[in-house]
Amino acid sequence: MSTDAKPAKKQKLSVPFDYSKYLRKDKLPHIWCPGCGHGIILKALLRAVDKVGLEKDDICMVSGIGCSSRTPGYVDFNTLHTLHGRAPSFATGIKLTNPELNVIVTTGDGDALAIGGNHFIHTCRRNIDMTILVYSNAIYGMTGGQFSPTTPIGSFTHTSSYGAMEPPFDTCEMAKAAGATFVARATSYHVQDLEKTLKAAIEHKGTSVVEILDECPVYFGRLNKMRSASQMMEKIEKEGTVSVKQAENLSPEEIGGRLLRGILHHDTETAEYCDQYAALTERAQGK
Amino acid sequence: MAGKTVRRLLQGNEACAEGALYAGCNFFGGYPITPSTEIAETLSRELPKRGGKWIQMEDEIASIASIVGASIAGAKALTATSGPGLSLKQEVLGYACLTEIPCVLINVMRGGPSTGYPTGPSQADIMQAKWGTHGDHPVITLTPSTVPEIFTETIRAFNLAEKYRTPVFVFYDEILGHMREAVELPEQGVIEVVDRAKPEGKPEDYNPYDTSYEVAPLAPFGKGRRFHITGLNHNDDGFPTNDSTKIDEGNRRIMAKIDNNVSDIESTEEYLMDDAEVIVFAFGSTARSARFAVNRAREKGIKAGLFRPITMWPFPEKALKKAADKAKSIIVPEMNLGQTILEVERVTGHGTIVGLQRVDGEPIHPTEIIELIEKHS
Amino acid sequence: MSDRYELRFSGSGGQGMILAGIVMTEAATIYDDKIAVQSQSYGPESRGGASKAEVIISDGPIDYPKATAIDCMLALTQEAATKYHKDIKDDGILLVDSDEVKDIPTGKFTVYKFPIIETARKELGKEIVANIISLGMITALIGVIKESAVEEAVLSRVPAAFKDLNKKALQIGFEKAKELKANA
Repeated sequence: MSTDAKPAKKQKLSVPFDYSKYLRKDKLPHIWCPGCGHGIILKALLRAVDKVGLEKDDICMVSGIGCSSRTPGYVDFNTLHTLHGRAPSFATGIKLTNPELNVIVTTGDGDALAIGGNHFIHTCRRNIDMTILVYSNAIYGMTGGQFSPTTPIGSFTHTSSYGAMEPPFDTCEMAKAAGATFVARATSYHVQDLEKTLKAAIEHKGTSVVEILDECPVYFGRLNKMRSASQMMEKIEKEGTVSVKQAENLSPEEIGGRLLRGILHHDTETAEYCDQYAALTERAQGK
Repeated sequence: MAGKTVRRLLQGNEACAEGALYAGCNFFGGYPITPSTEIAETLSRELPKRGGKWIQMEDEIASIASIVGASIAGAKALTATSGPGLSLKQEVLGYACLTEIPCVLINVMRGGPSTGYPTGPSQADIMQAKWGTHGDHPVITLTPSTVPEIFTETIRAFNLAEKYRTPVFVFYDEILGHMREAVELPEQGVIEVVDRAKPEGKPEDYNPYDTSYEVAPLAPFGKGRRFHITGLNHNDDGFPTNDSTKIDEGNRRIMAKIDNNVSDIESTEEYLMDDAEVIVFAFGSTARSARFAVNRAREKGIKAGLFRPITMWPFPEKALKKAADKAKSIIVPEMNLGQTILEVERVTGHGTIVGLQRVDGEPIHPTEIIELIEKHS
Repeated sequence: MSDRYELRFSGSGGQGMILAGIVMTEAATIYDDKIAVQSQSYGPESRGGASKAEVIISDGPIDYPKATAIDCMLALTQEAATKYHKDIKDDGILLVDSDEVKDIPTGKFTVYKFPIIETARKELGKEIVANIISLGMITALIGVIKESAVEEAVLSRVPAAFKDLNKKALQIGFEKAKELKANA
């Protein structure tokens, strides 16, 4: 047998992405724990912002309280770190005042769905143009590991020592039902899909909600016998999800308990809030 | 100077909306609550006509969060509520105090606690204005007592908010909110309107909490100066800090910018006070009962006078102390169970301070005050 | 005129008592040269139940905005007459709807009785303008505000299609009150 080596496969030259142009380097290192998925989300977000081609002056990032809500501090945009759960309401005031701004809300499962649940659903209902990223790690990290509205039944946290009892929310179903016109689920494991999904979410005009499954190895992992972040990513994000495309060829039994990943709902027909307000203004002014 | 003035019969709440528009308010975020809704209703019709923004939010907290967001984007923003709504709004009020975001809040006071008496007047939120949100924080509260004064004090509230970068409250009771009086609405330019200071210098050098100013200029988001705002204790550049020196400095600075400018913010009316032996200390609609009583007492030869705080917070300490030193007694009527009387006692240390309190949803009747004036003259 | 001239319009919710108060205040302070204040009290329900509006008219500043000693009161229902008449001055006036108020409150005030609602229904075919007839009657009975000012105030508040109706209602009010006064 010939042992001639095959000609070397032509290597695609890739220039590493320069994150520094979007980061406030003097504010680093960030506060996130080793293994936390939030940094992966941040990087994907910056690549998405770059691909959309937004100017830094034209982006406003708003957050509430929690680990995910520390994201705005690290990025060189117009950034607002607000109160627990209230980010969408602050963001609504900003967007309606200046519809030219691209508004991105970074929030977590506790922030968006528990204390901020009312603001979350009504923001979706208005279909005001903003992108809401729900970093969903099924736990309150900043306060030390308590169960959240997305903690699966039976999971252990510092406030569910006998197993979580309450059924979790399906963030995406809720966003869709509330009226969000772009709803997607991504993970910090499927990092290229994440970037593409975030780009589509930012480009969509209307309320976009992206639930991003990521991991809190320090609390959720440790308390639920998943020793490492990579093990959590494997188990929850890789094995626990199936892409919308794959799911097309699978029966419900084959999908089982896995969550769908990808763009779940995309409605380009429904009018956006600021556009509707502009039309109302014209009516009021008799134009 | 006086331009074309229009005289109109207005409800207190309508006069408030007119005052806001005169002051350049271009964003209203609200939630329906009796007895303040006429403010939201009037602005829902008027703001779109003028290119302003108006939104009804999902709850009281969201409505004040929306106006703080709007102000950060450069708007002159207003919300209006009543006691139960004020309780809910306290969280965001504290945020606006710490982050120094100008905004105006109207509270049309009704009976409490809880849902209380929605269609009856009250003056029981005065201490909540000062102590409602957690932590030490600055407070400016204006308490007009006529419909024309609601118009002018709402304008002044916007001016003070813009000048001092802080939330400003206008508190009046249900009687004033719903009663009608003629208001002279002057042409734009007759009453001064203050806009927040604009930052100068290079965008990259901008610090939203630049301590070389008493009140640092606030840049709007999206206009070329990128910066950070947080509800955590922060440095001059707006980023969180754990430095105890900076935390202390920031907490003291937001109080000092008000405390050092009391003479600019304070406003009182002294009626027949020159030779007054019996002082009635009253505000809002109660001050109208008090004025009636003072006039009747004078007819009977009693030297009575009215001291009326138009700015309730900061409390008019010097003016009241000066007035009280000459008085035989001080009568403090109020529609609560004794709130402003605590301040009168603290400030004057007077030996004869008599409270008159009503919490039955009815105004204090002038005859109740006359009786006390006679008794303590 | 004394330093305070006090009026109270009372009836049940939905009879337009607050509107009557507003129009009278507007007549006094916008279309005439007086100072006036209008205040009201109502329960949470906007229909039914006793409802009242008060108007204080003066040549100078008005402090207390509520009635203290009423110069003239209107009562369109028995409930309102019974509940609210106690503040009427000794030489004051009480105007009642004679079909509605059978148990006439007693006092040292002068009582005028007239079928106001019935007149609105019979002469104008609209019960809803009983408040405007009342306004005309009160204007003529008290003689404090010019009739022309009240007419201007009424017409400024109603849509074009209803101007004639309201003008007629007001005129009926003026005339009927003058007849009542002449026969008193």
